[in-house]
Amino acid sequence: MLELFQYQFMQRALIAAVLVSISCGVVGSYVVIKKIVSLSGAISHAAFGGVGLGYFLGVNPVLAAIPFSIISAISIGGVKQITNISEDTAIGILWSVGMAIGVIFINLTPGYAPDLFSYLFGSILTVSNTDLYIMFVLDLVIIAIVFLFRREFLAVSFDEEFSNVVGLHALLVYMLLLALVALSVVVLIKVVGVILIRALFTIPAAISKQYTYNLRNLMIIATILAIILTSLGLILSFIFNLASGATIVMVLAAAFLISYYIKG
Amino acid sequence: MTLKAVEINHLSIKFNEQLILNDINFSIEEKDFMAIIGPNGGGKTTLLKVILGLLTPDEGKVKVFGKDPKKAKDLMGYLPQRLDFDHDFPINVFETVLMGRYHGLLKKYSNQDHKAVIQALKDVEMDELKDRQISKLSGGQMQRVFIARAIVRDPKLLIMDEPMASIDPEMQHSFYELMSRLKNKMAIVLVSHDVGAVSTHVDKIACLNQKLYYHGPVEDSAEGLEEVYHCPIELISHGIPHRVLKEH
Repeated sequence: MLELFQYQFMQRALIAAVLVSISCGVVGSYVVIKKIVSLSGAISHAAFGGVGLGYFLGVNPVLAAIPFSIISAISIGGVKQITNISEDTAIGILWSVGMAIGVIFINLTPGYAPDLFSYLFGSILTVSNTDLYIMFVLDLVIIAIVFLFRREFLAVSFDEEFSNVVGLHALLVYMLLLALVALSVVVLIKVVGVILIRALFTIPAAISKQYTYNLRNLMIIATILAIILTSLGLILSFIFNLASGATIVMVLAAAFLISYYIKG
Repeated sequence: MTLKAVEINHLSIKFNEQLILNDINFSIEEKDFMAIIGPNGGGKTTLLKVILGLLTPDEGKVKVFGKDPKKAKDLMGYLPQRLDFDHDFPINVFETVLMGRYHGLLKKYSNQDHKAVIQALKDVEMDELKDRQISKLSGGQMQRVFIARAIVRDPKLLIMDEPMASIDPEMQHSFYELMSRLKNKMAIVLVSHDVGAVSTHVDKIACLNQKLYYHGPVEDSAEGLEEVYHCPIELISHGIPHRVLKEH
């Protein structure tokens, strides 16, 4: 089996699996404990608008997705405060509008968008060196922000109202947390695609949450678990010639069921 | 001249055009222990949130120790009503209480903060369970942890929303014992919809149902209560061992 990793694309894919796992282990832990799974879904789908824009402007779609997902994250976070639109409604709107913008930009782009499918369902084997650099830098940014604001994120995840009482600006911290989710979406977009991202945010952290009551340990366990499971998914997809993103998600789901069965 | 803990003048607040609080006037002295009672939906929680600076009134003035409530956050401790948070949240008792010592962005918790947490946990007799995950606590223990979180800053004003709601009857006694110890150090205001729960430990009582109907020492408040509830006083002062109001 080791000869698999003689291929350069396979080496890149494995590095990508590790980079993705760091991001979804750390940010996914917040997504799960703060219960913002569907919000993370909206941010990832909105990011597709950025991918379309990237095609249209001829820049790297992953880079173009960064401002798009951050703006959508912050607007969902703020909508409840500024308007009387509920967060749930905002999620529903942004989810499909982001996709629609992406599709329209791609329509407007002359020619055929060859790897469009990979942004929808992921394609870890086509990850380029540039993609890896972007993912690496974003992972560093994510870890730095989490390290600096870990106290604030914990307080706001646990009890927003009390955070306000002790003088913490809960809304700003919440928006920063959503921006973190947005950055993480960008890390994951090439590997699993906007449609399957939620599985990576949710499943490793949800499994790990059954085994620890400490947030830092939760992040570490979720990251390690994600590395093992995404690598396994990657190898299986190669052996059986299946779509990598979908295979990774199925491996995650199987792990979730097994762990639930053992624990339950 | 001593500053009043809370001073409220002509306070009104609306939600969606509906008047929740109407021309509220009252004050709380330093080291007062005051209970605000009233029916559900009478605006009790809203009033507390105005004092805490979480809501801005449409009309009127609110001062906490002479300051704008938003600038007096260091002086207040808060016990929220709802305990409907995620019980599986990855956090233990110590970390929960430590949040009450939050100082500001990027500021670490110091040794002093850690000591204050242990002291607050001792005050509520929960120091032995400091490493326990919160999902493994009973409702009453959980409530003690949240009281510890409220007093860990050494507030001068302790604000409690329905503190009796999740305390079992046996714990009521120790709760009031704790309150009588605390009231030497701080002003306390609690709200409750259950008149029977309010004990003789309270110095003052007020009734809130959109308007604040009465404000004063406990013994004289029978008529005020009748006016708010529109029902005979005997019906609501059912907590005989902890009778609030004298017979009449």
